[in-house]
Amino acid sequence: MAEIRYIDAINQAHHEEMARDARVLVLGEDVGRKGGVFGATMGLVEKFGEDRVIDTPLAESSIAGVAIGMAANGLLPIAEFQFADFIHPAFNQIVSEAARMRYRSNGLYGCPVVFRAPYGGSHGTALYHSQSIEAFYAHVPGLKVVAPSTPYDAKGMLKAAIRDPDPVMFLEHKRMYRIVRGEVPDGDYTVPIGPAVVRRQGRDLSLFAYGWMLNESLAAAESVAAEGIDVEVTDVRTLAPLDTDTILTSVAKTNRALIVYEDNLFLGYGAEIAARIAEAAFFDLDAPVTRLAGPDVPGIPFAKPLEEWFSITKDKIATAIRKLAAY
Amino acid sequence: MYYYVALARALDERMWVLQRAGKAMFVISGAGHEGCQVAAMWPMDKKLDWFVPYYRSVAACLVKGMTATDMLLGLFARATDPSSGGRQMPGHYGHPRFKILSTSSPVGTQYPHAVGIAYASRLRRTGEVTMVSIGEGGTSQGDWHEALNFAAIHKCPVLLIVENNELAISVPLRKQMAVSSVAVRAAGYGMPGVTADGSDVLECFRVTREAYDRAKRGEGPTLIEFAVPRLGSHSSDDQQERYRSREELEQVRKRDPLLTFRAYLERVGLLTQGTLQDMTDRVRREIDLSTDEADRAPLPQPDTATRHVFYEGE
Repeated sequence: MAEIRYIDAINQAHHEEMARDARVLVLGEDVGRKGGVFGATMGLVEKFGEDRVIDTPLAESSIAGVAIGMAANGLLPIAEFQFADFIHPAFNQIVSEAARMRYRSNGLYGCPVVFRAPYGGSHGTALYHSQSIEAFYAHVPGLKVVAPSTPYDAKGMLKAAIRDPDPVMFLEHKRMYRIVRGEVPDGDYTVPIGPAVVRRQGRDLSLFAYGWMLNESLAAAESVAAEGIDVEVTDVRTLAPLDTDTILTSVAKTNRALIVYEDNLFLGYGAEIAARIAEAAFFDLDAPVTRLAGPDVPGIPFAKPLEEWFSITKDKIATAIRKLAAY
Repeated sequence: MYYYVALARALDERMWVLQRAGKAMFVISGAGHEGCQVAAMWPMDKKLDWFVPYYRSVAACLVKGMTATDMLLGLFARATDPSSGGRQMPGHYGHPRFKILSTSSPVGTQYPHAVGIAYASRLRRTGEVTMVSIGEGGTSQGDWHEALNFAAIHKCPVLLIVENNELAISVPLRKQMAVSSVAVRAAGYGMPGVTADGSDVLECFRVTREAYDRAKRGEGPTLIEFAVPRLGSHSSDDQQERYRSREELEQVRKRDPLLTFRAYLERVGLLTQGTLQDMTDRVRREIDLSTDEADRAPLPQPDTATRHVFYEGE
């Protein structure tokens, strides 16, 4: 057992899966000799060669489209998008093609592609290097969408995603890459796509988050604990398909629900969690289902005061917790 | 070869009749494109090689292995439609047994798929060649250009076919591109490009055979443009008389590959009145039997509509 960084967990999963299965390959911009702009694919080209670690032209739609074709012909591609902000040209390939391949062929063709995308902001990266894209893709039946919050889950879920017979959108909040550390076992393991996990038990309020927001939320939960507010924090690490049961069980216990996400509020991913609680747990609730999310502006602005105004921090989460707990 | 051209035409005509008779919701097909499709598919290995079709690939899919019944099951949206089990509109062909990839409606997306398939063939050393088809309108899509670029960089064993009928629904060639032919674009990607007259079936065969051999030798992709006539409307929801003159339609009919190929075969003495009659009878029988068979097949049940969103196991 070693304590490693989130980015190292992602890198290890690549190395181990490519060594384990010759069908696995990586394609994307700068994934080769640079090892990715964040280092996720570091050391791969040296070990597995240029045929399996492909520095692609700067063209996102074909990164997705070529990966889909590779998957149809027996390979297990991992398509890296340098930033989630630049995945939009590939939307058509991912949504019209990857997500629908199995359904439209009545189960005869599959599409085992992993689409990796570093997302999220609040670290000086502004409108076009900060976007949260999960709601676009979680909306699409046929796609699995995950956003792990720990190195353990990042490694285990990436391995599960690579072995999954269906397309998986694998979202990594890039703020976690170097500052989130955690224990990761040496041997092979996977973390299943699907189940959510309760990270902190509590009695007073249920908080739901994923990715970096999960880390901020846990910190917020600790800070209000001293005031006597006991928050239960659930890591919704698989966004689609959503583990509704774990969410409802927590709400039944605490009778209050707070959903935290970094994307802007309107029609963001948390809206689906809120709707499910409202529909299925109405009589369990002692307070309105509440969302804390980014303001509805077209992006996170660059200048520090503007970015701070946008960002969901542990202090803002703590304030939202206090308000909901007092309702 | 002529048999397949005739079969594809007869199937095409039957599909339109069935649509007009209210037996099918929609038709989109390839009348005028059959000659080049049959010729281009001819060198391909029916079992080993891949085909990524588009909605006009009726004749090509027949040569690759699909039957007229297979295609009519799709037209009638039957549960046993091998392409999609009645889930997709007609014209969206796919068949794993013949290595025909499932296709969608957005134009151009299939090109990167074909290149990915071909890349996998190269990496896995399977010896497969992939053929992909599109119309000239589709060559305006970014995916088309991105696919050519990728294929050329990695010398993927892929035949990049463009069936140029000079109309993207109603938009003429001069509003689609400023170059006089699609094939000249190949130079911009570093691969050979060739144009052949789609009504000259043997010429189409010759250029495809050459490109096929190149791909087999590991020398990479070839862009092949076939100049073809579009004899009918874009689809059953289109009336080409609104934007094509009577003179234009008369001119186009002279390029009908069924007629030009037949005339050639008669001229060189390969097709006599007797063999032609036999073949015509055989085609009619096959289309009649296929229509009956497909018509009798069951429709999909609503309780199957949630199946195959994700993998369900072997």
